[in-house]
Parts: sequence; C-alpha cells; structure tokens
Amino acid sequence: MSEARIIPLHADGDGHTPWHPNGQSNGGSRAAADTEPELGPDSEAAEPVPSPWEEAVTETLAFLRRRFAGDYAVDDFGFDADLTDNLLLPALRPLYQRWFRVETIGMKNVPDVGGALVVANHSGTLPLDALMTAVALHDDHPAQRHLRMLGADLMFRLPVAGTLARKQGSTLACMPDAERLMSAGELVGVWPEGFKGIGKPFRDRYKLQRFGRGGFVSAALRTGVPIVPCSIVGAEEIYPKIGDLKPLARLFGAPYFPVTPLFPLLGPLGLVPLPSKWYIEFGEPIRTDTIGATEADDPMTVFNLTDQVRETIQHTLYRLLSQRRNAFLG
Amino acid sequence: MAPSVVLVTGVSRFLGGHLAARLAANPAIERVLGVDTVPPPRDLLRRMGRAEFVRADIRNPLISKVISYASVDTVVHASLSANPGSAGGRTAMKEMNVIGTMQLLAACQKAPSVRRMVLKSTTAVYGSSSRDPAIFDESMTPKDLPSGGYAKDAAEIEGYLRGFARRRPDVSVTVLRFSNFIGPRIDTVFTRYFALPVVPTVLGYDARVQLLHEEDALAVLERAASEEVPGVFNVAADGVLLLSQAIRRAGRIPIPVPSSAVGPVSRVFRSARLVDFSPEQMRLLNFGRVVDNGRLRRQFGFTPRWTTMQAFDDYVRGRALRPVIPPAQVESLEQRMLAAARALR
Repeated sequence: MSEARIIPLHADGDGHTPWHPNGQSNGGSRAAADTEPELGPDSEAAEPVPSPWEEAVTETLAFLRRRFAGDYAVDDFGFDADLTDNLLLPALRPLYQRWFRVETIGMKNVPDVGGALVVANHSGTLPLDALMTAVALHDDHPAQRHLRMLGADLMFRLPVAGTLARKQGSTLACMPDAERLMSAGELVGVWPEGFKGIGKPFRDRYKLQRFGRGGFVSAALRTGVPIVPCSIVGAEEIYPKIGDLKPLARLFGAPYFPVTPLFPLLGPLGLVPLPSKWYIEFGEPIRTDTIGATEADDPMTVFNLTDQVRETIQHTLYRLLSQRRNAFLG
Repeated sequence: MAPSVVLVTGVSRFLGGHLAARLAANPAIERVLGVDTVPPPRDLLRRMGRAEFVRADIRNPLISKVISYASVDTVVHASLSANPGSAGGRTAMKEMNVIGTMQLLAACQKAPSVRRMVLKSTTAVYGSSSRDPAIFDESMTPKDLPSGGYAKDAAEIEGYLRGFARRRPDVSVTVLRFSNFIGPRIDTVFTRYFALPVVPTVLGYDARVQLLHEEDALAVLERAASEEVPGVFNVAADGVLLLSQAIRRAGRIPIPVPSSAVGPVSRVFRSARLVDFSPEQMRLLNFGRVVDNGRLRRQFGFTPRWTTMQAFDDYVRGRALRPVIPPAQVESLEQRMLAAARALR
C-alpha cells in the first residue's frame, strides 16, 4: 500500500510522458492502477486532482497557519486535539509501527463511545508504554479514541514534558479530574503501579507491583464506567534497569536514576530504547454500573475489584509471555 | 427583592464605578453610595449619574457613620486590589485590602440595617501549582496556601467574611470568586500584559488561561447586589485558552524566559512601569488555573455571555491590537508556498 502511494508522486515529478509504463511495471497494485487513468489526463488540465503529497503539503501549511494564528480549541484540561493529531501522534507513529512493531489484541473490548477506564501495567523506566497505548487507541481503534492519561504530579512539574503532557490530554491523577473526565465520556488511562512499576529493576520484570490504594476503582464506581484491563508486553525490555544511582536521583529530585546496559555508559545514545517487540492486549471490560456508586465508599468492594483487575492483567501478561519466543523478534 | 440603599466600595476603579452606574440606573434602588479614597475619573463620575460619591477610607471608622446614617442595606465590597503599583506598594495594598475589609465588616456588623453583603473575591484563592486538580470547584482548597500577595489577602478576607456571616446570620453573604478580567475597557495586569509587543512567558510552561469578560463581571455583580443569592460562586467564562494561544491570537510575539530569569525580568518590567506582575501571578503563568462555573449557572442562574476565547477576541478588537505580523501576510505566504509546491511537480 505504501509503495502504491509513492508511485504517482514520482510519476508526477518526472513529468507526464513516462508515467504509464512506470506505474504499471513498478506497482501493479490496485491503488496505482485505479488512480492512473484519472491522473493522467487531469495533469494537463487547469485544475489537477491534488496528489497525496500535495494534500499533505496543504494540510501541513493549514496546520501551521492555525498554530500561528492561535486558531484552535483547547479543552478545560489543556488537551489540544489539533496538536495531538497533527504533530504529537505522527511523531510517535514511527516508534509505534517500525521500532516496537506494536501488535494490539482485543481492541473490540474498548467501547466506541462513552467513558471507560483503561488500567494497564507500567514498566520501562520512561513512560513510553503510556504513549504507545495512546497511539494504539487512536490508530488501531475504529473510533480513533484519544486516551486521556492520568499522570503523576512530578511530570506536570517538569518544564517541557509537563506542558506537552497536558496538551496531549494527560492530567493529574487525582479523584476530581478522573471523575470529571469519565463522566464527560472520555477514555481515561491509568497506570496504578506508578513509579513502583515503571522504575522496578529488570529482574522483577512483568511482576505487577501494588496497585496504589484503589483510587481508580472508586472513581470508576462513582461514574459507573467500565474498567478495561490492559496488559502491555515488551515495554520492560526497552530500558532494562539493572541499577539505580540513588544519590543522583536525589540530586535531580527524581524517584530513581536508572542504570541500563547502555545508559550512562553511552551517554545520550543510551537513551535510544531497545527495539523490543510489543503486544498490547485489552481484556474483557469489567462493568461497574451494576455494582452501584454507593459501593465506591466500601473499601472491601474496592479492594476486591482492584485485585480482580490486577489478577486479570497479571494472568494476561503470563499468557502473552508464554506465547512469546523472543523479546525482540516476538 | 431590590435593595433600597446600596454602598459600593472601590468606585474609582472600573468594576466598582460601572457597578455603581448600573445600580443608579435601576429606579427600584433608592440610593447608591460609592466609596473610595480617591474620586473616580471624570467620565466615570459622569456615568455614575445619581450615585453619590463619598470620599472616605474604609480603614477609617468613619465608614461606620456613613453606613448607619444612610441606613445602607446592601454592601458590595469591590475594592480588593491586585495591583500593588496602583495601590502604592505591597504594604499599602495589603493594608487597604485586609485592614479595610476588617473595618468595613466591623461597621456592617454594628449596623442593623445591613441585610446583604457581596464580596468581590478572586479565584487566586485556589492557588496555582502542579499538584492541583485541573479544574477547581468551590469546595476545594489550595494545596499550598498562598504565601503572600493578593491571593493571601483574598483568602484572609474570605475568612473574615465567614466570621462575619457567623456573627450576623441574618445577613445574606455572597462571595464571588472572579477569574482574570478581560475586555476592551477594563485595565488589568492581563490587559497590559497582552498589549506588550513582545510578551515574556516562562520557558517550557504553557498555562491554561481562563478569563471573564468585563460586561459579564458587571452583570454578575449587579445581580448579586440586587437579588438574594447567598453562597460562594466561581465566576469565570467557559472554555480556556493556552497562554501561547492567547498571545498568538493577539498577534504578539512570545519571548520565553527561563524560570531562573523570571524574577529579574519581571522586576525590569515593573520598574519600567509596563506590567506589574506579582509572584503569584507569575506562578499563574506557569500552571494556570481553571475553575468550574457550574454552580454559577445552576444556583446563581447566570450564564456568561462570552466564552474565554470570545472575550479575549473582543479585547483584541476593542483595543485595536495590531498583530506584529499581520494574518493576511501569513495567509499570502501560505498561498505562495502552495503555489510553489504546485509549480514544483
């Protein structure tokens, strides 16, 4: 398909005459064959059908003009859909498609409309797993949903990252924000392990840590949205954390300062994540509207539900791992 | 139930003065008294019509006599100042805000005629930090109490007012927490800030800005003064703008300043008398602040007519802010580039 897109562009650039034989010999794919008779005569006419390349240029210029004029809408949380769709997601896409070759499973378990809470395991030293889940839910979900992630306050204190996180749709992991987003019908993502999960040593990989205090469950109960357990395999291997330089972490005010086989050793080059093969599986949604909002204040219900979600994710992780032969080849 | 005698503080400034003018235009109200330490500018005074101006300092016990002699039944305390510059320095501002309010409340407590109290407060009482929820409602309290400045004044004043409400349960108390005002006529730190040709921002931060159109602010104050709607209300327009977006909409050029240099830069702007930003307003530029106006809509029964974006655009139009780079030029550049792209193929 990607080749079929390139063919008309080259043909256009070359001029008008040699394009018939070129298109046929190179492509032979349906798309090229379809556009060929249309584009051929039109390129001589006054109003040519815009090529995909030209459309991309037009779109990019329109995007730049919108950005320059401030002509876009931002929601109350600071989510900038225009920037996310046209700049942030395209920037992450190569990483998603080519580097990690993410495969999604069970996308039908994520509802097309209405609020839902995606609960996932956290790993990988840097929160790339959260970003990849956001790309997955936008690119591989039929409704192209935007994932509104709940992040730690540390992230929002950081200068550039905090701002980008807000523009990308994240907000602080706190009860009022979570409930507000879910009752507004947004798809909310939460990584309840927090820093315990993302910063765990490599030897503890794929062992779920404690799931916070179950705040995410009570938020879902109060708003009655389903909980979708999400298991991410592959993120543990991107930066295998084999050590932790505590004094440096304290110096920077970070929760940990990771040592990976490459990181401080190769300097900035060590920041390149290892190209592991990823699987993101969305499990059966757990309904909370049948339980009732009043149960949100019952610690027993909350703990049981938290455990249920945690167990589901852990079992899915084990199953996916047993099917995987190699961390990098899948 | 319309009030018969209204006392408005801070009439020499935009909100107080125009509120007095609006109330004076209401024939159901018998008398409107405007109090301030300095007389209002002449055009504002003319606009105020039959409203009477009383030159008095609310820090002075004399205010008690004004209230009792005129048998004031509604007090609108709109004189809270956020600008240390215009108030004559930070100490004078604090004195005017906090001590003035204490005196005014003491006078009101002694006056049996007072039935209604309206306070113009600010959403700054919620603070602004990275650990706060994205949207504040009236029941929330700040994570870090404002350490100083206007926000601390407002928080203290609200505290005194709660004490007053306990001691005088017969008085209906309305606290209006306004977000930052914007509009073609009002003069605030924000309107001056966006009028600068190059606008300093904090590097790496992009605050969410929620504004309120001056006309909406006046309408809310007028309604609170003339009807009985007790409670605490966030008063802010719908929607937000990002600071960078607002600057672009105004056609200004943002100059990101590293956090460490923000202090010195803001001092330069203060001494040049361009913009007088207080430290908590600088923090606002980092993280921004958005409040929920649901209670204003449902309980108070007021829906702001301008969204944040519309209010800001109205300000840009009303001030006739010329974009540094005109949008027409940008558009023609886009057209030229498109034409070039077409010619290339």
